[in-house]
Amino acid sequence: MTNRTDRIRAVLTSAFAPEVLELKDDSAKHANHAHRMSEPGHAPAVGETHYRLAMISAKFAGMNRVARSRAVHEALDAEFKSGLHALALDLKAPGE
Amino acid sequence: MSQTTDNPAFTAIKASITENPVMLFMKGTAMFPQCGFSARVVQILTHSGVPFKTANVLEDAELRDGIKAFSNWPTIPQLYVKGEFVGGCDIVTEMFQSGELQTLFEQNGIAKTAAT
Repeated sequence: MTNRTDRIRAVLTSAFAPEVLELKDDSAKHANHAHRMSEPGHAPAVGETHYRLAMISAKFAGMNRVARSRAVHEALDAEFKSGLHALALDLKAPGE
Repeated sequence: MSQTTDNPAFTAIKASITENPVMLFMKGTAMFPQCGFSARVVQILTHSGVPFKTANVLEDAELRDGIKAFSNWPTIPQLYVKGEFVGGCDIVTEMFQSGELQTLFEQNGIAKTAAT
């Protein structure tokens, strides 16, 4: 079974054809979060919950910040529904 | 925005973003944030010196799910200014660093209350 990191990469690569895609699993830093216990349906306490993503894609040209983030959230909807908890985003168009 | 009106949390959300010019939905309270991302937005708002109100989504499961549906945004925190969704932690941080957040407050007539 592919892990979440691989799935996110695959989904974003196909949706945004990014020039740059840097994805980092930050879950370990958040392993003891109080809110993790209080959110039924969210991921078990073994990583793959908190990520940082930096991406440069021509698809972001002409889109504002909220629209860029929404496009990424939408592409990763299945991951958010299956326990992806936090995704820090740095989204740029080429040349920005 | 997804505005399915049958969500029971939407009425309360609409009231809070209408009544409070700067409204933050967060984990924990301004005094005791329960999440680093929420804490950072509180810090930025405090530093900006504008009055703001917070709602703790950890105390209200209906609100926690409701706010995500209301804004069509999957994560917390979420900042609203004058009833408009501004963004989460990354966007607020970026806007603060570029000066856009301060401009947004000024344009909306939200005055600083405290010198920080």
